[in-house]
Amino acid sequence: MEILNAFFVSPFVDMAEYPVFFAEVVANGFLTGIMYSLVALGFVLIFKASETFNFAQGVMVLFAALTLVGLQERGVPTWLAIGITVGVMVLLAMAIEKVMLRPLVNQDPFILFMATIGLTFFLEGFGETLWGSNVKRLDVGIPERPLEVPLGGDFMLLNEFDLWAAGIGAVMVLGLALFFHRTTIGRALRAVADDHQAAMAVGISLRTIWVVVWSVSGVVALVAGIMWGAKSGVQFSLSLIALKALPVLILGGLTSVPGAIVGGLIIGIGEKIGEVYWGPLVGGAIENWFAYVLALIFLLFRPQGLFGERIIERV
Amino acid sequence: MFYREAGQFKSGYAADQAMFPIPQDRYVVIAIVAFAFLGVPLIANEYWLQAILIPFLVFSMAAIGLNLLTGYAGQLSLGTGGFMAVGGYMTYKFTTFWPELNIVACFLLSGLCAAGVGVLFGIPSLRIKGFYLAVATLAAQFFLVWTFNKVPWFYNYNPSGTVTAPPRTIFGTMFTGPEASAPARYLLALSIVVVFAFAAKNLVRGRVGRSWMAIRDMDIAAEIIGFRPFQTKLLAFAISSFYCGVAGAMSLFLWLGSVETEAYGIDISFQVLFMVIIGGLGSILGSFLGAAFITLMPILLTNAPQFFGFSMASDLQKHIELMIFGGLIIFFLIAEPHGLARLWQIAKEKLRRWPFPY
Amino acid sequence: MAGPETSPAEAILEVENVSLRFGGVQALSEVSFDVQSGEVRAIIGPNGAGKSSMLNVINGFYHPQEGSITFKGVTRRRMRTHEAAAQGIARTFQNIALFRGMTTLDNIMTGRNLKMKRNFLLQALYLGPARREEMEHREFAERVIDFLEIQAIRKTPVSRLPYGLQKRVELGRALAAEPDMLLLDEPMAGMNTEEKEDMCRFILDVNGEFGTTVVLIEHDMGVVMDISDRVVVLDYGRLLADGTPDEVRRNPLVIDAYLGTVRD
Repeated sequence: MEILNAFFVSPFVDMAEYPVFFAEVVANGFLTGIMYSLVALGFVLIFKASETFNFAQGVMVLFAALTLVGLQERGVPTWLAIGITVGVMVLLAMAIEKVMLRPLVNQDPFILFMATIGLTFFLEGFGETLWGSNVKRLDVGIPERPLEVPLGGDFMLLNEFDLWAAGIGAVMVLGLALFFHRTTIGRALRAVADDHQAAMAVGISLRTIWVVVWSVSGVVALVAGIMWGAKSGVQFSLSLIALKALPVLILGGLTSVPGAIVGGLIIGIGEKIGEVYWGPLVGGAIENWFAYVLALIFLLFRPQGLFGERIIERV
Repeated sequence: MFYREAGQFKSGYAADQAMFPIPQDRYVVIAIVAFAFLGVPLIANEYWLQAILIPFLVFSMAAIGLNLLTGYAGQLSLGTGGFMAVGGYMTYKFTTFWPELNIVACFLLSGLCAAGVGVLFGIPSLRIKGFYLAVATLAAQFFLVWTFNKVPWFYNYNPSGTVTAPPRTIFGTMFTGPEASAPARYLLALSIVVVFAFAAKNLVRGRVGRSWMAIRDMDIAAEIIGFRPFQTKLLAFAISSFYCGVAGAMSLFLWLGSVETEAYGIDISFQVLFMVIIGGLGSILGSFLGAAFITLMPILLTNAPQFFGFSMASDLQKHIELMIFGGLIIFFLIAEPHGLARLWQIAKEKLRRWPFPY
Repeated sequence: MAGPETSPAEAILEVENVSLRFGGVQALSEVSFDVQSGEVRAIIGPNGAGKSSMLNVINGFYHPQEGSITFKGVTRRRMRTHEAAAQGIARTFQNIALFRGMTTLDNIMTGRNLKMKRNFLLQALYLGPARREEMEHREFAERVIDFLEIQAIRKTPVSRLPYGLQKRVELGRALAAEPDMLLLDEPMAGMNTEEKEDMCRFILDVNGEFGTTVVLIEHDMGVVMDISDRVVVLDYGRLLADGTPDEVRRNPLVIDAYLGTVRD
């Protein structure tokens, strides 16, 4: 009885009794959720263009952040370091296209997926060889002042940095959505996603598309890396956090941009609430697996995700 | 010269369906197994057994398990470490609960537990095709390790949170625990691996293996000729988890002796996956080759710089190891998805015709 | 290969008022016809007429929104594809759907799977019953291999075979299941005359010697008219004509659909 009470009653009582605290938890989760959405968007981009999960998306976040910090530490001003890092990510995209994607064209997505796991390890080793593996502080000049937001006669504590992060994340998400739907490249990309060969037949260069897509997701990785790195330091665990985007995708549907956004928010808020209200009951640290298990349960009921399309198969 | 099939005639389908239809292959395998049982314990020293041969056997077992799933049934698992943890911790629970139960029986029981857990995670994800099993197994990996870490029942409320293999004997010989000799542990591990490698080989050359490969190669056609995709994949995943579970038990009881959950982390999952890819997807022999390669590689990297007369910082060495593994994975997937095993096969085909190339 | 025991005049398959839609696309509308036991039945029609969809409905891969399918006297509403296989329906595909990583022999052996009963534990040990079972079915597979004259490529991975032989192996895989009804989706597409003749011979032999009912889709009208007993013509998902090759050939609607007409 006591256990039932602890699991099913008292967390809700807590929420109702301290609404401001609850709002803070939700806001916190919302901000993390935007980060997840951002990384998930990188996945969606590459999934659409090559029908594979890019397992290396997480490590690209780490790699971008490492490069940025590394440059800063060597005295390069922040704005220039960001510019150079963008360049590095584009170069990386070109290298990946040349060395990995081109020889594996028309292979099973399964093989490509495993190749991106290989890429993950390579990039991790490469980044840490270049820049070292100690935890680094990243400061890009966004202020970290606590803000008091009035809420129903009380005040809610928020960090100014988080608001900035949320704003930038939202702008990126919006920009990518426009990029998909409004530009020629975006249209070409959707054509490639539908059918590689047909797209090539009408003169779309698969290589260019791949380079563009991997570059864009490299830049997305950089933004995510800056936000997370500035918040919790640049270190290996960054690439594991980014893996949370996998369950986000299952929740949202693999090919859907709005799915990635909504899925990211659900997972971000859900895991914060879970951790704060139910975590202590089971020993804490449930953030590690909460998202995955949530996605798994979701799979049982709606396998194509919230916004995914049902697939008609032909033989 | 000696690798010739000329003059060997098969007089029935049974002979043609044999595990090693070419007699030379059969003799070589018998010789290797005999040497591993009789020769190695005599000549190998403690370091060789503990640092190379026993981990090689443990990882071979896990790699065979993963290869059944990934190489034969075409489903990707990133949760090998988690299922190994089930094997390790459940064996510990079984053997501390029933100390008189034979330790090998505990291994097998815990393998069954791992298979059960596998089925639980497989059910939502295997009904749909695609990468869902990869995500489900990632869920299993994080969830299982967390569970063994946070639920004290699993480590018998030991305040340090570690589990230690208690001493157990079979026919009066000590096989586990701190007192057990390395050759004894090696021999037990070897026996288990040999038995299960042959079982795996039998599985993949019969109906079950064909059903896995059919699903892997073309799931729609497989369903139309009467295979049930879900059941077929689930069976593959359950058997694979069983192998991984037994491997995890061997890892705790025959190799490390005492572990915390870190010993079954996600790194292990990737390591075993790399063994399968580098050794050869869809090959039992490849599982052994891959396990040998990945076990030996770090040792080689540690010793090579000294050999050439310069020293390398250990974290730099770790990073270079990561780069080499990652690079090799991509290389093998591009150049030879059937891995080292395929290279070996090509060498054999050449040898068969040598010295006449055509 | 055991044939069906039903008498020739009996309908083995009845398709009644089948309609199939994909979203807004009407793939089949109110199609009815029957297939009699032991006949060679052809389905023809222009591209996009719904022929392949019809086969997919018959072997349970697509589920029609309306209408019913009765096979061997059992009417079904909704079934899984593998259940159709268990009832005795085997098929080949328009684009070859062999298991590319396996040898010819293994591909044909997969056709035997529904007849194999031993569980995986016995198989892991490869003892007694499992071993005997494997041998029995190997023997049957060898008979299929002999019948199709592909002994030489028994151990060759199918991905290395030329197109014509792959088609033959695919037929072998379907035959290995000892089906009561065989669905062939364009068995002669992309073949040269000689290969087509071989394929026709195999189809007629299967039908004649084992009494297997054959339903085939084919574009080569010469072949269709020569080997089939009755022909169904589909156009835009509707049934246009149904009858013997001669009746169909003379049907003005069919001539319209294939040659086009000048309307005033």
